[in-house]
Amino acid sequence: MTAVIELKGVAKRYENAGAPALGPLDLSVAQGEALAVTGPSGSGKSTLLNLVAGLDKPTEGTVTVAGQQVDRLGEHALARFRRERIGMVFQFFNLLDDLTVLDNIQLPAQLTGSSRRKTQARAQELMEVLGIQKHARAYPGRLSGGERQRVAVARALVNRPSLLLADEPTGALDSASGQDVRDLLVDLHRGGQTIVLVTHDPALAEACASRTVHLVDGHVALDSRAEAVR
Amino acid sequence: MTGPLLRVVRSGVGRRRVQTVVIAIATMMAVAAAVVAGSLMVVSNAPFDHAFAAQQGAHLTAEFDPAKVTAEQLGATGQLDDVTASAGPYPATVIEATDSSGHRPPAMTLVGRTGPHAEVDDLDLTAGRWARKPGEVVLTSSYQGPAFKLGDTLTASGTTLTVVGFATSASKTADLWATPAQVRDLASQEHPVTSQMLYRFDSAGSKGDIAADRKKLLAAVPSGALLGTQSYLDTKRAADHGAAPTIPFLVAFGVLGIVMSVIIVGSVISGAVGTSLRRIGILKAIGFTPREVVRAYVAQALIPATVGIALGVVLGNLLAVPLLDDTEQAYGTATLSVAWWVDVVVPAGALLVVGIAAFVPALRAGRLRTVEAIAVGRAPRTGRGQWAHRAAGRLPLPRAVTYGLASPFAHPVRTLAMLLAVAFGTIAATFAVGLTSSLNEVSSIQDPESRSAVTVFTGGPSVAGGEHVPAPGTPEPEPADPAQVSAAIKAQSGTASSYGMGQQDATVAGVSGTVRATLYQGDSRRGGYAMISGHWLTGAGQVVVPGQFLETTGTEIGDTVRVTVGKESAGLRIVGVAFESSGGELEIQANLADFPAARPQEFLVNIKAGVSAVSYAEKLGARIEPLGAEARANSPSQQDGLVLILNAMAALLTLMLVSVAGLGVLNSVVLDTRERVHDLGVCKALGMSPRQTVSLVLASVAGIGVLGGLVGVPAGYALHGFVLPVMGHAAGTGLPRSVLDVYDTPQLLLLGLAGLAIALLGALLPAGWAAKSRTATALRTE
Repeated sequence: MTAVIELKGVAKRYENAGAPALGPLDLSVAQGEALAVTGPSGSGKSTLLNLVAGLDKPTEGTVTVAGQQVDRLGEHALARFRRERIGMVFQFFNLLDDLTVLDNIQLPAQLTGSSRRKTQARAQELMEVLGIQKHARAYPGRLSGGERQRVAVARALVNRPSLLLADEPTGALDSASGQDVRDLLVDLHRGGQTIVLVTHDPALAEACASRTVHLVDGHVALDSRAEAVR
Repeated sequence: MTGPLLRVVRSGVGRRRVQTVVIAIATMMAVAAAVVAGSLMVVSNAPFDHAFAAQQGAHLTAEFDPAKVTAEQLGATGQLDDVTASAGPYPATVIEATDSSGHRPPAMTLVGRTGPHAEVDDLDLTAGRWARKPGEVVLTSSYQGPAFKLGDTLTASGTTLTVVGFATSASKTADLWATPAQVRDLASQEHPVTSQMLYRFDSAGSKGDIAADRKKLLAAVPSGALLGTQSYLDTKRAADHGAAPTIPFLVAFGVLGIVMSVIIVGSVISGAVGTSLRRIGILKAIGFTPREVVRAYVAQALIPATVGIALGVVLGNLLAVPLLDDTEQAYGTATLSVAWWVDVVVPAGALLVVGIAAFVPALRAGRLRTVEAIAVGRAPRTGRGQWAHRAAGRLPLPRAVTYGLASPFAHPVRTLAMLLAVAFGTIAATFAVGLTSSLNEVSSIQDPESRSAVTVFTGGPSVAGGEHVPAPGTPEPEPADPAQVSAAIKAQSGTASSYGMGQQDATVAGVSGTVRATLYQGDSRRGGYAMISGHWLTGAGQVVVPGQFLETTGTEIGDTVRVTVGKESAGLRIVGVAFESSGGELEIQANLADFPAARPQEFLVNIKAGVSAVSYAEKLGARIEPLGAEARANSPSQQDGLVLILNAMAALLTLMLVSVAGLGVLNSVVLDTRERVHDLGVCKALGMSPRQTVSLVLASVAGIGVLGGLVGVPAGYALHGFVLPVMGHAAGTGLPRSVLDVYDTPQLLLLGLAGLAIALLGALLPAGWAAKSRTATALRTE
């Protein structure tokens, strides 16, 4: 199976910190796979996600995503890479409060220079699928946590990314909304979307992921795929 | 201040380094601009009076005949009733010098003094040193500039004189000074040595007082010993007249500078405190009292601002020195320095503005409920500016640009402060460009005689190039025959054209006293004044007058006035109102043909292209000197120097104001970028490229820049339209359209873009920071 993510000998050290925050580690994620990255606070989960998204650069090793060696890309190419290949969902939604729901969803497509008609059609389609079309003209501040996260998921998917990265997507939600988002991720995975999910929540990992990697102190303590092979 | 509070202040100052540096720099520039502006406004206030008082100026300058009164007798006049101080006697004479390039300045009064300092007329040595030995002279500072520099030479009566210094005399007691022995050496039969005495009197406030003092002097010396006197009131009138046009200009720039400084300092400080609300909330949550919070934030703003203020005072003084030097030359007054109280009042005012600007939002923050303060920056923002995002989103522009365009509406107060900064910067630029163009135009039209390359003097009283200085006790030389001189000029190779000119005292029916009449012979269009209305002389029976003449006589163009010159009278029709800046004195222009007995005293010669004025004057001089006339190549007028000085001042003041405006924008954009760093991080995480981020930040100020230009250009235009006539009025004249209508459409469009340029330049740095900021870090920022 083709690897969408390929990490080789990746380590990340922050300035003035002794031990590396992550790695060195090797990791590959296949297309269509849903990987849950779990672990305690400070285990390197978010660092791993940032490296994959090209938001940060590794101190050692190479990060290849969808055939592109991300760690060698310049800022401009990284921006293009993110907008074309990656969709991101954050714990605190990170919606822009000044923009309506529709404008938030359309933003990544507009940054690529996609036509107004195409962008709008895609946004409408996603809002329908995610059941938020009635909020198209509303501002994020007026929505519930679950609705906001649905908007964030729609925004992440608007450019049909190869990879969906979700950082604690249910961390800021009540249990009903959390269940909503969990179902949504399951549906996306079933539809073939490659997902990397960072979470503290074992139930979420179990429900959504086809594979789980447990990090401790920046190293892979457990990889369910390797366990299965064994 | 308690330990924890000190630590809060220290960490606040240290953590927000960019903000701290921006506060310090913006305050520094604003204070420097205010010090310069304030200093210029102070020195513009009665410059002659201040210089005269500082130099213990002479109320009366008297010339005595040393053959008729001894030095002891003159010394005794210092003890006369009402004389409070005296200086002299100094040997004095008049010299006619030639500079190293062959130009001949007007006759100059040379006075012998052993040093610049005296009880009366305590000179300011503005450059170089005092003359120590024969062959050295000190020139009056009004000559300092392109025409004369230290080390230049003058030749008089075959003696070479080296300029070793420049000095300023508020009382205008001499044009140049040398050692007493040098004065005696340079005296001639035509210009013998006289004794100059300088007096200060107890009562010298009016013409009557001075006349009474003069009478006492006259009575105290032998008959015929007093050759002439010069009252400081005449010098003051001339000096005030010269300074008057510059005062509205300096005041306009001064007011602009001070208003801008207050706006920038106020917005910088209040913005800095306003963006710290969440931190304030946290401090309160951990136990700081509202009063401690207020004190901490006022102190946090005061620390960088105080550093900026201190540096600003130093910078302001450094910048003011060359400007005041220029002003000193423009006013022809004594050495000017930044008034001590400007250095006290400006920083005190700045501290007050900083204190108020910090106190108001800090007080608001201190009174805010803790949860509310913490919620600021975390909770979704209110609907401010959302309509703008909706509207901008519909524009057919890249999304990053439309997103930026809508941003200013989220912070209306900050946007208004930025708009004011840009608008004031544009006003300053527009005003300065207009003023420079107007001054250059005035320079080119106000001295029509200077357009001629060579002036031929036929003898008798001179009329051009400054005040007439008759040699004391000597008869005027016999004038040359104008017809012969005119024929010689026409015969001289290199002559392109010439016209004759003479000045006479005239009387006009309805005007008390005499007016100065300039009478022209030949085609005088080349030497004609710029017209405020009507036209220049085209034939006999016409007269051109200044605007003040119409006011005084209640006449208008087309009316006929009766003019008497000598024994001849003529009814002359007013055909035009001329622009001339000779001041309060009424002067009319007419044709010599209307007064056949009058004679031209000068011929103004225009030479063919490629002919050297100096060599032409030499050759023509050889031909006409036997006739009793002389030819001089004209040098640039002193007024050109004043215009150059004002142009330089306008450029420097504009640069300062535009820099302050740019810093105001920089500060606002830094605040905005800090606040939006998280949103920018989100955009970058979604794929916004660095270029798009820069576009977004620049677009957020572009609208303000355009609007600032749209407001600033008409306001600067209006300010120019208001100040120029005031300047003209102060100089005692109206202004021709060519001086007022100096802007053209492309220039105004370019000036409109100045607002955009100020805004974009101010935002460029924070735009770069925003583009370079690490996305992962920005996403963690709340």
